[in-house]
Amino acid sequence: MDLLEYQGKEFFAAHDIAVPPGGFAKSVEEAVGVAEAMELPVVVKAQVHTGGRGKAGGVKLVRTMEEVRQHAQNILGLDIKGHIVECLLVEAASDIAEEYYTSFTLDRSERKHLGMLSAQGGVEIEEVAERDPEAIAKIWVDPLEGLTEPQCRDWVAAAKLNPAATEGAVSILLKLYEAYVAGDADLVEINPLILTGNGEVIALDAKVTLDGNAVFRHKNYAAYDASQPRDEREQAANSKGLQYVGLSGNVGVIANGAGLAMSTVDVVNQVGGAAANFLDIGGGANADVMASALDVINNDPAVSAIFINIFGGITRGEEIAKGVIEAMDRVDIASPIVIRLDGTNAQQGRDMLQPYLSDKLMLSPNMLDAAHRATALAGQAA
Amino acid sequence: MSIFVDENTKVVYQGLTGSQGRFYGLLNRDYGTQVVAGTNPKKAGTDVDGVPIYASVGEAVEATGATASCVFIPAPGVKGAVIEAAEGGVEFIVVITEGVPAHDEAWFFNKLQRDFPQVRMLGPNCPGIISPGKCNIGITAGHIAKAGGPVGIVSRSGTLTYQALYELKQKDIGCTTCVGIGGDPVPGTNFIDCLEAFEADPETQAVMMIGEIGGSAEEEAAEFISTSMTKPVVAYIAGVTAPAGKKMGHAGAIVTGNKGTAQAKMQALAQAGAKVGQNPTEAGELMVEVVASL
Repeated sequence: MDLLEYQGKEFFAAHDIAVPPGGFAKSVEEAVGVAEAMELPVVVKAQVHTGGRGKAGGVKLVRTMEEVRQHAQNILGLDIKGHIVECLLVEAASDIAEEYYTSFTLDRSERKHLGMLSAQGGVEIEEVAERDPEAIAKIWVDPLEGLTEPQCRDWVAAAKLNPAATEGAVSILLKLYEAYVAGDADLVEINPLILTGNGEVIALDAKVTLDGNAVFRHKNYAAYDASQPRDEREQAANSKGLQYVGLSGNVGVIANGAGLAMSTVDVVNQVGGAAANFLDIGGGANADVMASALDVINNDPAVSAIFINIFGGITRGEEIAKGVIEAMDRVDIASPIVIRLDGTNAQQGRDMLQPYLSDKLMLSPNMLDAAHRATALAGQAA
Repeated sequence: MSIFVDENTKVVYQGLTGSQGRFYGLLNRDYGTQVVAGTNPKKAGTDVDGVPIYASVGEAVEATGATASCVFIPAPGVKGAVIEAAEGGVEFIVVITEGVPAHDEAWFFNKLQRDFPQVRMLGPNCPGIISPGKCNIGITAGHIAKAGGPVGIVSRSGTLTYQALYELKQKDIGCTTCVGIGGDPVPGTNFIDCLEAFEADPETQAVMMIGEIGGSAEEEAAEFISTSMTKPVVAYIAGVTAPAGKKMGHAGAIVTGNKGTAQAKMQALAQAGAKVGQNPTEAGELMVEVVASL
């Protein structure tokens, strides 16, 4: 789950990491209310799940209440890379002396936590990595040991920050590591981490991704999950417990298992088609799950043919067949369906489907053949 | 021969009294796996269809000589279950459970490496391991695999593993061992561990490797193949058309920036000398050619 900046700053504040004072606003009036309680100037910042806000006009420094009103008005509703701004963060303008970069994430290759720190902040870290890799000081933290203060000091020294920032940086980085672990984050990133004119080190931005698998020990994360951007198709599928990712083609895909579902999307593409979605019904899906999946695909107006690709290990062929028949009974399936059914009880499933076969429901002997047929059918419809 | 498990492997199921544990534990027994025990601290002294239940893995090991454990415990309890298994004295731990927090995985991987270096963990979030005809631990349907050799399989994806076993069986090619390493960010056993074991296994003469987008495990495997493998490798990578930044079901299957794309992985593997199939069927056909030329 990706947090918005204001949520990330709440997360930081809860772990005693210094952030500028500020408040969240969903309307112009709320923004004015927040600003009135603060000293001007303040910064009005668009809260969206994407980068490049500044360039898009989503971040404004304002010096008067009139300007707060005017910019809040302009920024709310702004379209930033397809994300419509629905809320704002109004926060105290900071006196920036220097800008740094820092983050913690999991290094899968080393199977340890990776901390990165650079004196070159405020820009895309990928650019720094490309232009001047030496400018990023890296540290690998053993999850059993945690980040110790001596390690952290060496790390800060290696990053060659302004000596005036050393104490503040050590303190905030130790807290950031604690927040990363205790909060079950996949990523915590501060860019820029700033040194102020007063010599304080604070988080001017917050990019936090939380591990959805850890929600069971963080009850408050449910609210974050609810505010994730999803397209309507994804929402409908998720509410039925299906793994769904919307794509831009016209062949609806249903498969069991993430790997096979990805592979199915690929194969449709290889034969010249384009998948409308990735949909994994999971292992051991019964007829009801299969029928729900068909429902979701059927409700997508972009779909003009449906490719069901099932390899039964735990999932049983007769359950898949039952689900397809039930779904066809229950709702009018608009697009023709091509089914490839192999594995456990596949013959039984194919036998059950036999009486229903028509130009709206076809059985295919293998994955490639099915992809060809579904793509051809989708092409005819388009 | 086989890698990691064989007909002598004795397995204790952590969570055998739960619905999933019971279902697959008994299926594994039907397959011929030595299912010697289950654990549940509240049900010690009872049994599941004749399989005795002990309070802990340690007690089960003492009473039955179990050498491996299979974990069907729900995600919040997996961290404790893995450590219990290692302390209990098994050498091999297979974690089927999905949805384990990444911080837990990173913690217990490092814990095993430091304090229990003799223990191998497979998973979490994996289908398990099958040495056809000898031992099946996990959720793979045993009948889709042909026993014997000469092919070893290692895969990050469950259903694609089944697809591979099935394609090979249909072409009358046997499998020494098929290892599902799972799709999570911190797998206990990775591609290289399996490639190394297959390289050392005299019965395995070729390896089928199935990867997917995300991370750099396939690229690292490619490096190993080019420097340390003498046996031929056929590879397939899922997710060529996956959009960047979208999680495709597995926690591991996400492309960020230019890293972890299927194209980069396929290129690295091809450069390392592996034969790369564009889809599972093509990979199966490539393996037929490889086996014919052995």
